[in-house]
Amino acid sequence: MTAETTGATSPTGTTGPGTPGGVRSPAGDPLVIAGEEFASRLITGTGGAPSLKVLEEALIASGTEMTTVAMRRVSPGAEGSVWDVLRRNGIRPLPNTAGCFTAMDAVRTARLAREALETDWIKLEVVADERTLLPDPVELLDAAERLVDEGFVVLPYTNDDPVLARRLEGLGCAAVMPLGAPIGSGLGIRNPHNIELIVEQAEVPVVIDAGIGTASEAALAMELGCDAVMLATAVTRAQDPVRMAAAMRDAITAGRGARLAGRIPVRRYAQASSPAVD
Amino acid sequence: MKVIINGEPRDLAPRSTVADAVRTLTEAREGIAVAVNDEVVPKATWATTVVSENDRVDVLTAVQGG
Repeated sequence: MTAETTGATSPTGTTGPGTPGGVRSPAGDPLVIAGEEFASRLITGTGGAPSLKVLEEALIASGTEMTTVAMRRVSPGAEGSVWDVLRRNGIRPLPNTAGCFTAMDAVRTARLAREALETDWIKLEVVADERTLLPDPVELLDAAERLVDEGFVVLPYTNDDPVLARRLEGLGCAAVMPLGAPIGSGLGIRNPHNIELIVEQAEVPVVIDAGIGTASEAALAMELGCDAVMLATAVTRAQDPVRMAAAMRDAITAGRGARLAGRIPVRRYAQASSPAVD
Repeated sequence: MKVIINGEPRDLAPRSTVADAVRTLTEAREGIAVAVNDEVVPKATWATTVVSENDRVDVLTAVQGG
């Protein structure tokens, strides 16, 4: 969590230890991960797009500066690639370890991604099973520790568990990426209280990752104090991916603004906003 | 000699290199990584790393995902 968000009154009505520092201009409020600045607080995924053309248009509409890709075997004769799309638009690739079920597999995939894409950044995913795709916390911690030791900038996809998030940060991860709900489910943020607890304690950026279904949920993530939103399915499988990408961009800007502005406390009864009649 | 490239058995000439194995699938070099028997082979050594009979060569690239 960035310092300026500390203590904002949360959307769920609880109040943190201080007050927000007031509205900041977007230009002066970059997302900073491992010392690198991003003007956009939306990290997009590329999975599920109906075509490379639609994907490219959606990425441009989203305003994203960093986009996840997976590592898979080369298919002979494949025409066009996501790699070309990212290079053409100056979007930074963030390789992931999707499809890995053990720490050993994830470390191997990260090493291959570093070699292929010439980046030390890795979105670490180690999942427990195909049905839920929920992170396996034991394997995740093991992989994170090994990758940090090897000099990777590790961004782990994690459960919405404040204790696990703290352990990952303690290992040296550059951010924590708790899920809002299972990957691709569109269920929104199932446990906003836990997300708030993670935000409160984190000294590194908190990126909500997975579960976002529509723009209001992305805005909520930002209002809860998350530093950024990572999503794919909500855009790539929307009826109009390009329009949804733009909606997500605007929602994240709005949610961030509301967080910095500091919402009013939740009250049980009315409070007149007009002066009393004499 | 028989070498397994991306899961498929292929015939390569004796003393073939990792670079030769990659060329059976693609002419691209950028955005590509290779592992032989699960060990990453740095791009700088593809041309000098010789593959052996029954080696497993995996050639990977970035695809849509995540």
